[in-house]
Amino acid sequence: MALNSKIPAGEMNQKWEDYKGHVKLVNPANKRKIEIIVVGTGLAGASAAAALGELGYKVKAFCFQDSPRRAHSIAAQGGINAAKNYQNDGDSVFRLFYDTVKGGDYRAREANVHRLAEVSANIIDQCVAQGVPFAREYGGLLSNRSFGGTQVQRTFYAAGQTGQQLLLGAYSALERQVALGTVTQYSRHEMLEVVIIDGKARGIIAKNLVTGEIERHFGHAVLLCSGGYGNVFYLSTNAMGSNVTAAWKAHKKGAFFGNPCFTQIHPTCIPVSGDYQSKLTLMSESLRNDGRIWVPKAKDDNRRPTDIPEEERDYYLERRYPAFGNLVPRDVASRAAKERCDEGYGVGTTKLAVYLDFADAIKRYGRIEAGKQGNHNADDATVITLGKEVVKEKYGNLFDMYAKITGENPYETPMRIYPAVHYTMGGLWVDYELQTTIPGLYALGEANFSDHGANRLGASALMQGLADGYFVIPYTVGNYLADEIRTPAIPTTHPAFEEAEKAVKDRLSTLMNIKGNKTVESFHKRLGKIMWDKCGMARNAQGLQEAITEIQQLKKEFWSDVRIPGEIGGMNPELDKAGRVADFIELGELMCLDALNRNESCGGHFREESQTEDGEAKRDDANYSYVAAWEFKGESQWEVNKEALNFEIVKPTQRSYK
Amino acid sequence: MEHYKMNLTLKVWKQKDSSDKGGFETYQVKDISSEMSFLEMFDVLNEQLITEGKDAIAFDHDCREGICGMCSMYINGKPHGPWEQNTTCQLHMRAFKDGDTIVVEPWRSKAFPVLKDLMVDRTAFDRIIQAGGYISVNTGNAVDANAIPIDKKDADDAFAAAACIGCGACVAACKNSSAMLFVSAKVSQLALLPQGLPERKTRVLSMVAQMDKEGFGNCTNTYACEAECPKGISVTNIARMNREYLNAGLSSE
Repeated sequence: MALNSKIPAGEMNQKWEDYKGHVKLVNPANKRKIEIIVVGTGLAGASAAAALGELGYKVKAFCFQDSPRRAHSIAAQGGINAAKNYQNDGDSVFRLFYDTVKGGDYRAREANVHRLAEVSANIIDQCVAQGVPFAREYGGLLSNRSFGGTQVQRTFYAAGQTGQQLLLGAYSALERQVALGTVTQYSRHEMLEVVIIDGKARGIIAKNLVTGEIERHFGHAVLLCSGGYGNVFYLSTNAMGSNVTAAWKAHKKGAFFGNPCFTQIHPTCIPVSGDYQSKLTLMSESLRNDGRIWVPKAKDDNRRPTDIPEEERDYYLERRYPAFGNLVPRDVASRAAKERCDEGYGVGTTKLAVYLDFADAIKRYGRIEAGKQGNHNADDATVITLGKEVVKEKYGNLFDMYAKITGENPYETPMRIYPAVHYTMGGLWVDYELQTTIPGLYALGEANFSDHGANRLGASALMQGLADGYFVIPYTVGNYLADEIRTPAIPTTHPAFEEAEKAVKDRLSTLMNIKGNKTVESFHKRLGKIMWDKCGMARNAQGLQEAITEIQQLKKEFWSDVRIPGEIGGMNPELDKAGRVADFIELGELMCLDALNRNESCGGHFREESQTEDGEAKRDDANYSYVAAWEFKGESQWEVNKEALNFEIVKPTQRSYK
Repeated sequence: MEHYKMNLTLKVWKQKDSSDKGGFETYQVKDISSEMSFLEMFDVLNEQLITEGKDAIAFDHDCREGICGMCSMYINGKPHGPWEQNTTCQLHMRAFKDGDTIVVEPWRSKAFPVLKDLMVDRTAFDRIIQAGGYISVNTGNAVDANAIPIDKKDADDAFAAAACIGCGACVAACKNSSAMLFVSAKVSQLALLPQGLPERKTRVLSMVAQMDKEGFGNCTNTYACEAECPKGISVTNIARMNREYLNAGLSSE
C-alpha cells in the first residue's frame, strides 16, 4: 500500500496556516450529532477530549485508571519547550523546529515538526490561562531553563513536577466539559478492540474493569491517546499500567505501526537493585546541568566514591565530548554509560551504575553564595553548607526522591545512576492529520510515531501531547467528520459490534482457561529480559534474530502455561495484565524485526554493525532515510511499507557533540 | 547503607466487592529485602498466592514514583504508612524489621466505597472538580502567557497547593472523613491566581456543596490531614477556603 502522508504543499512555514485556511468545517448544529471516542486521558487524550467537547462534539473519554488525572503524563518532571523567546536569547519557531529535527537524528517528518514548533507558544498561553502554576521570576513573569542538547533557554517548568501541573490543567478542562455534558467519562475502562464498519473506525469494545462487563461504544471517529509502550521491556520508567493494548488492537485491525524499534533510553535513572524490581525511577535530565558523571579509572574499584581521589576518576563524558560534556543528548549519554559498565568500570553492588556527582556544583554555588554575602575568604565548611542550600533549592525534590528509594544521602555521596527505558518514539503511523491507515482512527501523543524521529529531545513530549490534543486534532478531525455529517449514529447491535465483542470475550475465556503454572508477571519479566539484552541500548543482527526466535517460543509458552487466578467476571487485575502482556509479546517480536531491518544506527537505535571508528553511531541516509511502517499480515508476519523522508530545510549531517 | 532480609506477618483486608462484608486475612512473607518498595513486597506476596492457586490481593497503584496518587494503603494505622510526606509506593521495606506484623487496610470513608480488597472508589473527587475546580477558558482563548504578571509569592503558593496528588490520604486520616484539605488545595490554587478571580465566588460555593453532597464529613481542625499528606499540603489552605467561602456567602446574591 502506498503511504500518503498528506503533507500540504507550499513553503514549510506556510503549510499549517494554509491547511487551517482550507480545511473542511463542521457546523455547530452538526457537531452536536457527531460522537468521538477518545482512548486515554493523558496530556494528548485529556486535551483532545476537552478541546473537542468545547467545540460541541459528543465525546466519550476512556481511561483504565480510577481517574483521568492519574495518566502517566503526570510523572513528567523537567519541563515543556516552547518557542516563546522570552529570554531574548535567539530562540524562534525555526530554531525549535531545527533542533527537534536534528535531535531526532533526521528520522522525523519535517512538516509535522514545524507545525509542532509553531503551536508550541500557544500551549504555554493556554496552560497559564487554565491556572497552571509555572515557575516565575520576581517580576512576576515566567521563568525558563535550559535542557539537554539545546543552546537556548526555552523550557517552561513547575519545579520537578511540570507533567503533573500540565496534566491537572488538561484534566480540569476535561472535567469542566464533563460538567457541561459534552464529555462522558469512563474511568476504569480498557479498550480491547476497535470496531471497523465499511473500512472506517466506528467504535470500540471496552471492558469495565470493576464489573468485568464488556461494553460496546459507537463513535464517528476514534482517537487513540494511549501513550507509549516502554513497558515491553518490563522495567522502564513508565507506570505499571502503561500498555500498548489499544494501539496493538488497532495495528492488528489494519493500522500500520511506525518505527517500532525507536526507543529512548534515558541516561539518568536510579539503577536496578534486585530481581524483585518492578519499575525504574527517572531522575530529571536537568540534573546534568550541574552534576558531573564519572566512574573510577581502575576496574573493580570498590572504594567508596568519596575515597577515590580526583586523579583516579574518569569523567568520561567530558573526556569523550569536550564540547557538550555532561550535556550531550540522551542517546549519547546512555550509550557512553553502558560502554563504561560493559568494560568493567561500573560501580555499586551490581556494577551496572555510574556516579552523578554534585560535589563540584555544591562548592561552586557555595563560593558564589558566600561572595554575595561579602564573605570572600569563606572556609570550606561554610562554602559547602551554603552550596548545599542552593542545590537543595534547585533539585531538592529529586534528591529527596533518590534518598527515599536508595536510603543514601546524595548531598554527601554521589548518586548512582544507570540508563533506563523511558519513552518510545515509534508508534502508530499517522499522516499529517494524525490519522492512521484506518480512516476515522487517529493516534495522538506518544501513541503515534510522528515528531521525534529516532531520538526525542528533553521537554518535548509534553509539548507534543498538548499540541496534538489542543491545537492539531480539533482542525484535522473536522476535515474527516465534515463528510460524516450524514452518517447517523450506528446502533451497537450492528454485526461488526457483535463480532468484535465476541472476539474479545473469546480471548478472555481462552486466557482464563489456560490454567497453567506460570504467573503473568514471570512472562513479562522474561520478555523484558530478552528485549533489554537484545533489543536495548545496542543491537546486532545475530542477537535480534535470536530474540525473535525466543519471543516466538515465549509466546507459545504463554498461551499454554499462564496461570490467571480469579474469575472472568468482576474485577480481575491479573486477567487485565495478562491481556496486556500477551500484546507486549507480539509487539516485542515486531520491534526486533524492525531493528533487524534498520541496519543503521540513528538516535536511540544503535546497530553495532553501523558505527564509526571511535564507536559513535553511524547513520545511513542513502538506504534508511524512511519511516518503516509495518503492516500486520497474520501471526508473526509483517510487511514493511516505506515513507521516504525528504528534508527540504534541515539538511542531514552526522551529529557531532565532540 | 546496610541491607538486610526479613520475614513478616501481614494482616490484609480482603473484600470481594462493595457488597461483601470483608475481613482480615493473615499471610507470611519470607526473605523480603530491605531495598524493596512496599508494593514490591506485595508483588512478591501476590506471586506467591497465585502460584499457590489463590486469588491475588487487589490494590491500586500505577506510577510507583509518588506522583499519580493511585496507591492508597492504610498501613499500621496510617495512610501511606510510617514515613512522613511519602506515598505507599515510595515506602521502602527498610522501614520495617524482621518479625514485624504489618496491618494493611483500604482507605475508610463512606464517600470512598471499597471496590475490592484494598481498592476504593474515589470518583467523588472527580465530581468535586467537575463542580468548579477549573478556570472556564476554552482552547484558543488565551492571551500571551506573560501578559499578566503574577506575584512570585502567589505563584509559589498556588503551586504548593496544586501539588496535591488527589490520593485521598487526607480523607483517610481524618476522624470525620473530611475532604477539606483536597478541596481547599484546588480552591486556593485558583483563588491565588488572577486567572481564577472571575469565578472565585461560584467556585468555592459549588465545590463545597458538592463535597457535602458526596458524604464527606466536616473539618474539626485536628490537622491529621496535613500530618499524613504525602505532598505536605498545608492546612492554611483550609483557612483560605473558609475565608473564600465566607466572603462568597456574604456577597452572593
